[in-house]
Amino acid sequence: MPDELRTIQVTVNGTKYDRQVRCRKLLSDFIREDLRLVGTHVGCEHGICGACTVLFNGQTIRSCLMFAVQADGAEITTVEGLARGGQLHPLQEAFWENHGVQCGYCTPGFLLTALELLQRNPNPTEEEVRIGIAGNICRCTGYQHIIESVLAAAAKMGAKTV
Amino acid sequence: MKPCNFDYFDPKTLEEVVVLMRQYGSDGKILAGGQSLVPLLNFRLAAPAALVDINKVKELDYVREVNGKLAIGALVRQRVLETSEAIRSKCGLLAETAEFIAHPQIRNRGTVVGSICHADPAAELPAIARALDAEMKVVGPDGERIIKAEDFFVTLMTTSMDPSELMVEVRLPTLGPRTGWAFEEFAIRHGDFAIVGVTAAVTLDEQKNCADARLAAIGVSEVPYRDSKVERLIMGQEISESLLDQAAHQMVEGVEPSTDLHASADQRKHLLRVLTKRALKKAAGRALKGFEKGRGKNA
Amino acid sequence: MSKTWIGKNVKRHEDPRLLTGRGTFVDDITLPNLYHAAILRSPHAHANILAIDASEALKYPGVVEVVTGEDVVQKTRPFSVVVKTPFKYYCAAVKKVRYVGEPVAVVVATDRYVAEDAAALVRVDYEPLPPVVDPEAALEPGAPILHEEVGNNISCHRLLDYGEVDRAFAEADLVLKERFVFPRYSSVPLETYAVIADYDSSSGVLTVWSNFMGPFTLHPVTAMALNIPENKLRFIIAKDIGGSFGIKSSIYPYIALIGLAAMKASRPVKWIEDRQEHLMASSSQTDRVSYREVAMRKDGTLLAIKTKIIDGVGAYLRAPEPATTFRPIGNYVGPYKVKNLRVDAYDMMTNKCPTGPNRGYGCHQIYFEQERMMDMAAEKLGLDPAEIRLRNFIPADAFPYVTPSGGIYDSGDYPKALKLALEMSQYEKLREEQKKARKEGRLFGIGIAVGVDPSVSNMGYITVAMPAEVRSQPEYLPKSGAVEAATVRMDPLGGVTVLMNSTPQGQGHETVVAQIIADELGVSPDDVVVVDDFDTSESPWSVSSGTYSSRFASVGTSAVVIAARKIKEKMFQIAAHTLKVSPQDLELGQGKIFVRQDPKRNISLKRVAGTAHWDLLRLPEGMEPGLEARGVFHFPMADAPDSKDRVNSSNTYGFMAEVAAVEVDRDSGQVKILKYISVHDAGTIINPKIVEGQIYGGALHGVAGALFEELVYDQEGQFLTGSFMDYLVPTAAEAPKLEIGHVCSPSPFTPLGSKGAGESSSETAPVLIANAVADALAPLGVKVTELPLTPKRVWALIHDSSSTEVGR
Repeated sequence: MPDELRTIQVTVNGTKYDRQVRCRKLLSDFIREDLRLVGTHVGCEHGICGACTVLFNGQTIRSCLMFAVQADGAEITTVEGLARGGQLHPLQEAFWENHGVQCGYCTPGFLLTALELLQRNPNPTEEEVRIGIAGNICRCTGYQHIIESVLAAAAKMGAKTV
Repeated sequence: MKPCNFDYFDPKTLEEVVVLMRQYGSDGKILAGGQSLVPLLNFRLAAPAALVDINKVKELDYVREVNGKLAIGALVRQRVLETSEAIRSKCGLLAETAEFIAHPQIRNRGTVVGSICHADPAAELPAIARALDAEMKVVGPDGERIIKAEDFFVTLMTTSMDPSELMVEVRLPTLGPRTGWAFEEFAIRHGDFAIVGVTAAVTLDEQKNCADARLAAIGVSEVPYRDSKVERLIMGQEISESLLDQAAHQMVEGVEPSTDLHASADQRKHLLRVLTKRALKKAAGRALKGFEKGRGKNA
Repeated sequence: MSKTWIGKNVKRHEDPRLLTGRGTFVDDITLPNLYHAAILRSPHAHANILAIDASEALKYPGVVEVVTGEDVVQKTRPFSVVVKTPFKYYCAAVKKVRYVGEPVAVVVATDRYVAEDAAALVRVDYEPLPPVVDPEAALEPGAPILHEEVGNNISCHRLLDYGEVDRAFAEADLVLKERFVFPRYSSVPLETYAVIADYDSSSGVLTVWSNFMGPFTLHPVTAMALNIPENKLRFIIAKDIGGSFGIKSSIYPYIALIGLAAMKASRPVKWIEDRQEHLMASSSQTDRVSYREVAMRKDGTLLAIKTKIIDGVGAYLRAPEPATTFRPIGNYVGPYKVKNLRVDAYDMMTNKCPTGPNRGYGCHQIYFEQERMMDMAAEKLGLDPAEIRLRNFIPADAFPYVTPSGGIYDSGDYPKALKLALEMSQYEKLREEQKKARKEGRLFGIGIAVGVDPSVSNMGYITVAMPAEVRSQPEYLPKSGAVEAATVRMDPLGGVTVLMNSTPQGQGHETVVAQIIADELGVSPDDVVVVDDFDTSESPWSVSSGTYSSRFASVGTSAVVIAARKIKEKMFQIAAHTLKVSPQDLELGQGKIFVRQDPKRNISLKRVAGTAHWDLLRLPEGMEPGLEARGVFHFPMADAPDSKDRVNSSNTYGFMAEVAAVEVDRDSGQVKILKYISVHDAGTIINPKIVEGQIYGGALHGVAGALFEELVYDQEGQFLTGSFMDYLVPTAAEAPKLEIGHVCSPSPFTPLGSKGAGESSSETAPVLIANAVADALAPLGVKVTELPLTPKRVWALIHDSSSTEVGR
């Protein structure tokens, strides 16, 4: 049975893409293979590890649990869309300053999860950060520096809006 | 871990969905949030011939109050349980339980109705549906019907819906000020499916006695577990420590939980006892608070 | 050299690319005309393969090739391993499968989706055989045999005897014996195995991109298996590796398998392991049953240790195994001055996935036995667990210290480190809290664990797996040493480039190297470009290359220092020649080389570099133009095992002392970590934040093994934990918060005094938590001898203390 093809239009990091996709192609594979935005990583393909987290119409989702065809008309932000004009996003800066990155494989997912967390709760407690990022797995850091990074980013981003 | 091939449909109206489901029957699968279905597809544990994606059926995206009941459409995401004022004020139990369900990324996409239809024996929402005697509005080739929660959950991951039917709405009673509720669960990690969970709703009468009690447990049987004996034991009574103990002991009488990788049968029974008491106590305490608050207002 | 940058939290040079999605992991690499592989795996733990029919799969649109055991046996050879036991381990099953998940066929197709479709069409007829899954059961007479040519399931057996064990036991006041079970848990990096293979038939070169992490001893092993000359098997390691923690050493059989598929298909082939494959069929540590006996004096002096260990190495003994058993041989006694040790070690083949390195490799298993036993002895003797350890520590003035099994501990102050940990934990206060908690009926426990952390493996230790008689035969090539190389280059404008070949997996080598160069050459770390791209046809690698056994901080940094000092010496010669002084009169600082007595007489580094490259006739006579130097560092004390099986198995030895407090919930059996103090001695620390990060990660890895993670098989050898729904990796909500302390005993054997730290707490955390839980449960009179302490197991200990059946 040959795969059915569909044409979709999707806006990723502000750029519009028209692409033909097979209906069963996972959104994570589409982002990586068809758009060559390889910053979105795949870690489990069953929705547990969070490495493939992207913003889908402004909300975090597991891109391994959606089909590309479902993204027709959607706006997506991936890790490549965080820094603007060579300027790191305050979250990225905070991860850099607080050693929130080791191997970097889980990092894009954590950044996008933390971004949504801070949008919903700009001044979280440590416990709220722990719960808020519990849908992402990291094997390098023991999470401690990631938690510190998110708390530092909250302070940074709060200071900026004041 | 890539899904098998399938025919993909993304109709915009319920009518089209019904036509497609009639056509495919058990070979078709409804795709809503996909948070349970897509992992099964990726593991190739499920390989439906067709996926009927209802995400464009906007008529199913609603939360409304109908005849004193809260009606939640099939496209309402679990995230809405946290953000909807209507849900928080009419059925706070749903709002509060949302945080036990997986993680934000899952709740952003997963639907309330989808979780109920998936009928995972350890999932939270089916327990609430069962405890509150929710009504499932189901549409199929022969039209619409309502399935009561007690008839809905058949066994593990199995409901009484026909394969060609889809559930379009869940209706839950709104909880008044004299009703207190609780959801207590034990999971190994935050956001995991529960090892055991118990939800309780307790309504007090004018004398502060229990007018209505509802309890449902997960993780102890193949479907959300409810025991009318336990509820009858409490009803009409004043809530006391010894009554809660009795109820908790009664609750484990009829269950035969299984042992699996993560918990033993005895451990589950023990947890059921402990969590039943905890949930009832919390629910009753809340009901009492609502009662006093209501009396203050009336005075 | 003044330390300006060493010891500072320099922000990592790697991070900007990783934070913006611009890293390069294997799966980010693509090639023209690239095809994709899916692997068909055995559903049986043990079965004969009667027939394989791939015809339907080959007809499937998009499929170009199917590889089966027939190709494997024709085109490849079994992998070599240190022992001579006559089993055959090929890159895929040949005529028989021996574990669930063993590769049976490879389908090559236009993409992974199609490859998986077609893999389901390959028909395999199996004749199931009875499996053996428990390593102890595999030793029983009449147990099912995996490899008929071996005749039993023993892949390796050694009895190692050091000192006078029997005498010590005869003289002891107290003898304790206990059985311990240490489970299989694994590394589980977020990035799975990944391989791209491309065969150029005109040159005969097979190029493989992968996330292999070394040791590169496994490169010749792979080349031999593929029947390719070593110099025609080109390994390119992706610039970024998404974590490894040991497991990516064991990718090489898949490199061979995908290499074979690329050769047969005459196309480049990519294989990205999925999570289910990774959990089921990549690698893990062994599952171990051990019987340990200790002999003690009344005062708590440890006189002797006897241990019989039975490691389950899975279906085939795969190199570098049986290193789980032998890697810690030099540090088997840990930090204790005990002189008598006997190790009776069995490596048993069972119907499970083959094993390999996992962070802490071999150490957490022995410290589990050792530190549990110290607590049990303390209880019997009425001593505090801290006190019994302090009484047995090797004293600070005894270093370098030679252990009975041949380890040469370079430096340390164990009492100081443990005392610091006790102080940080407010140990006395914790004990008070415990008294109060116990009165309230709460299960509150305090654990202590200490351990010696070996780093930089001696390339020869594994030969201890062979009897001394075999090692002494003239045709036998002894193995020894541990080496690393680095090249430092200063360009004509004074910029520095360092070429490394260390295959880092998140440890921040680029940053650390820049810090060292900045101090050695008086430049800023930002001026240093570190290129760590590993390519066997271009990099100056050796068989010991790679990032494993926590080696970089000791051996990699040392190679950098040597290369930098060579450059510096040359620059001083050029400056001395220009300034007409002796090099001894010169000093380096602020981008200049100046005359110590008269700093106004100076020359900029840029000028020196310019001279070296562009004004060659102004160089001192006989000097080679250019500014490039290669530094090679190796440890002279990494000798082959001696005739009495003594070997300095590693080269630097750090130390950790940890204290934890836990509370156990009676109702659920869940353990909550309330406090975790972790004190380390890793010698000179180059970047404290990076070291902290390693400690946090290592500790959680160990905590995961203590409380959450296990690769579980049922009695039929079916694998039960093939997803993250069942293999429970702790998240931020479960991770403990650590407080870290340091003491510093610089290694006298490395130029900077540095030691490894990457594995450290992963070795002590499992027993630390076990000791704390045992202490919490002490009022119930139950024993803790088995991990993981999942709610299920702990609940059974609490509520059913009479029952021994707490397992799965």
